[in-house]
Amino acid sequence: MSETNGTARIGVYVCHCGTNIAGTVDVKAVAEYAAGLPGVLVSREYKYMCSDPGQELIRSDVHDHNLNRIVVASCSPLLHEHTFRTAAEKAGLNPYLASMVNIREQDSWVHLDKELATRKAIDLVRAAVRRIRFNKPLEKGHVAIDPNVLVVGGGIAGIHAALTMANAGKHVYLVEREPTIGGHMAKFDKTFPTLDCAACILTPKMTSVKAHKNITLMTLSEVTGINGYVGNYDVTVTRHPRYIHEDLCAGCMQCIEACVYKQPRFDDEFNMGLGKRKPVYIPFPQAVPQVVLIDPETCIQFKKGTCKKTCVEACGDRHAIDFEQKDEVEKIKVGTVVLSTGFQAVAPEKVPYYRYGVYPNVYTSLEVERLINASGPTGGDVVLRDGTKPKSVGIIHCVGSRDEYTNRWCSRVCCMYSLKLAHLIKEHTDAEVFNFYIDMRTPGKGFEEFYQRLLKEGVHFIRGRVAEVTDWADDPTEEGKLVLRVEDTMSAFVRRIPVDMVVLSMGLEPHADAGEVRRLFNIGCGTEGFFTERHPKLAPVSTFTDGVFLAGCCQGPKDIPDTVAQAGAAAAEVLALIDAGSIEIEPNTAYVVEEACSGCRTCIGLCPYSAITFLDDKKKASVNPVLCKGCGTCVAGCPSGSLRQNLFEDEQIFEEIEGVLDYA
Amino acid sequence: MSEEYLYFPGCSLKATGRAYEESLLTLFRLLDIKLDELEDWNCCGATSYMSIDEEKAFALSARNLALAQKTGKKELLAPCAACYLVLKKTQDYVERYPSMREYVEASLKAANLPMGDKIRTRHPLEVLYNDIGLDRIRSKVVRKWTGGPVACYYGCQAVRPYYEVDKPVDPTRMEELLEAAGIPTVKYSLKTKCCGGSLTGTIHKVGVRLNAILLKEAARNGAKVVATLCPLCQFNLDAYQGEIRKQTQQNLDMPILYFTQLLGWALGGDARALGFRRSISGQAPMKQWLSASKEVAAHV
Repeated sequence: MSETNGTARIGVYVCHCGTNIAGTVDVKAVAEYAAGLPGVLVSREYKYMCSDPGQELIRSDVHDHNLNRIVVASCSPLLHEHTFRTAAEKAGLNPYLASMVNIREQDSWVHLDKELATRKAIDLVRAAVRRIRFNKPLEKGHVAIDPNVLVVGGGIAGIHAALTMANAGKHVYLVEREPTIGGHMAKFDKTFPTLDCAACILTPKMTSVKAHKNITLMTLSEVTGINGYVGNYDVTVTRHPRYIHEDLCAGCMQCIEACVYKQPRFDDEFNMGLGKRKPVYIPFPQAVPQVVLIDPETCIQFKKGTCKKTCVEACGDRHAIDFEQKDEVEKIKVGTVVLSTGFQAVAPEKVPYYRYGVYPNVYTSLEVERLINASGPTGGDVVLRDGTKPKSVGIIHCVGSRDEYTNRWCSRVCCMYSLKLAHLIKEHTDAEVFNFYIDMRTPGKGFEEFYQRLLKEGVHFIRGRVAEVTDWADDPTEEGKLVLRVEDTMSAFVRRIPVDMVVLSMGLEPHADAGEVRRLFNIGCGTEGFFTERHPKLAPVSTFTDGVFLAGCCQGPKDIPDTVAQAGAAAAEVLALIDAGSIEIEPNTAYVVEEACSGCRTCIGLCPYSAITFLDDKKKASVNPVLCKGCGTCVAGCPSGSLRQNLFEDEQIFEEIEGVLDYA
Repeated sequence: MSEEYLYFPGCSLKATGRAYEESLLTLFRLLDIKLDELEDWNCCGATSYMSIDEEKAFALSARNLALAQKTGKKELLAPCAACYLVLKKTQDYVERYPSMREYVEASLKAANLPMGDKIRTRHPLEVLYNDIGLDRIRSKVVRKWTGGPVACYYGCQAVRPYYEVDKPVDPTRMEELLEAAGIPTVKYSLKTKCCGGSLTGTIHKVGVRLNAILLKEAARNGAKVVATLCPLCQFNLDAYQGEIRKQTQQNLDMPILYFTQLLGWALGGDARALGFRRSISGQAPMKQWLSASKEVAAHV
């Protein structure tokens, strides 16, 4: 097939890798054997092939012996394929005419018997020599990058990523499905361990998002479609009705005042249902955008159509209220995506033995954040549902975490936020506070110091997983209290601790619809449902879909500093792509031999990357090389053999198999 | 009515738990539902057998399921919580562990019986709740309840680890059924806590203490009667009240009744047919409301 077939002039280089390979494999014998294989003109062994002198060997041999194929027997291609391809290129060859044989990870490192290891190396080299005769010169592809960016999710991760990229002059579309940005952080009172006020540090950033000339903020909106590939994504955003014209509303809130409901009477989502709101409302005082919205579920006009519409009257000439608003679909073009869709707190009903919803004074941690907050439903008074101050409070750690019946993972933030809540509750109420923990996990800057501070403040710590919260009073001192039954594993007996208020430190888990987001953006997730990064250490914000990056808790539970750091990293990755202007695409992709394609479409359903389309005019399949990852599924699946793959042509694979099986 | 269920009494319902069988049969008769007793049934395998020889216990239990399947019926009603649990567990283990399946299959084959793996084991509480429904119960009520508030006690076996009968930690169906029959219930946090099981026989002091806790808490919450769905729970709570009285100097004489007795009473059943006289404790308070019964018009 290749014009050089039969006239291949091959150079073989066997690397010692110090003693890594040479300690187990007789490298000299391998090189000597290779020298006798058909087409091999030069065969050498060298201490470190990846070093400059090693690469220079290749260059001078190509020059002196007119070589046109290079085989390097050394380590994994993951490490040095790029190195040797570049060396071949410098010597004037097409880089895809150089190939590697892994005799380290797959040979010397995993075998003890020197003779057998040497035989294996010989077999592998012979296979590579036979295979490389069929290598073709290939060219890398290039794709231009659209400089616009999509950020999905407007919590602290999305906000920070959006601002970073917008400040670098890129246009950012920030899509948030709630009526305001801010995410979970906006609900927190203070942040651990420094106890700075969450709103004070978050709201200026929220305002900057709205004011930034490079950010288009889309609230009450969801990404409902995405097509294309890295650098060129066509995104469909569905904007749900607010029933208020955002551009006309001044945020004066006179409509709220004028609503026919004189008193707020519907559960206020932002305050976790502890406070009440009207059908027309603003989620919280610093909401961004600073405009109201109408909830059609509770508004009389929507339910009965007979409201006096006092809100419209109050709005007057602004005409910002519009009961006729419908879903609107908007199409945008971007080159890259940052997913920062966040988490959801585990539902307390999943842990029934703590009786959330049964005993009114069992609260979730997010509810208590709102109780402590000065702009919360009680104006910052930590009080029970009957208005009294608790004299004793039990905080249960790891609820919905580290538990095989709910979620197995550690949610990472609960120890610290439980400490923070313990401190704040004590500060607000002077109550006696008990923490019930499995292990105290304080591995962050200033975290352990904060724990020590709490110990000095007189907060009680009991090591043990609480078995249940009950109102069963075993003696008169327990009457009217909530009793936590727990094995104190430090003192090895079962205790009953009566308290007035129980706080459940709820764990973090992926959003209920994270799976849909994952499928939409074609990225992976672990068994627990958090999105998977490309590499846990070396590519922590990338995904297996080029141009899609991750930031924040959608990738796994993390605290605010880590979230912001990750958002910054995602922004930097995006900026690096954009500023390069285009990206290189490896040529090891599948292609269709059109004459042989019967148009059966088997391959289209098989492709995990949606890279194959059907050409209606020709009735043939066609592979988009930008989307193709070279997995080979379609090649194997094609019934007529009309799908082939660069660098993995049938001839190459058969030669390699025959080569490896041809025992010397 | 063509409604009928195949029914597995187990040993308790023929002995200490006779009131359960009598009231169950009466209640279902009042609801026009036929109960057919499984022919030639044997021991369910129970917890005691299970802890000595698991394989034989499962084989024993599986025989009942096999007999049930041979009748052509799809379901088997097991009122005793222990029987219910063992039958469920048998099917679960046979399905889960191939070696257990092999053993049980071979044992049944020796007796010329098929595997009873198509039979669904059911409990009357859940049958009344799901199949018959609160509305039908409500429509059949003919007697006004005057016995005071009831604490519904589920124990452990009917709700854990299998939870088709009700929610495992905070079950509420017994309350819903009794309320539908016009019987008020109280909040009762100990409804799935341990009754002591066979501890009352082995480590007597501990077993009795557990019962004392349950009774005391029921009384504290204002209950005049405790309703149960398990013969062992009923026996434990019923039999040791005298002893608890002596130990705690508490004035305790509480009727411990099967939920089927209470429903049957509300639906107009005869006191004798519902087995009230079989209770050890609470005869004095029971006498008051049994004699003062007032008929009310059915809501139909």
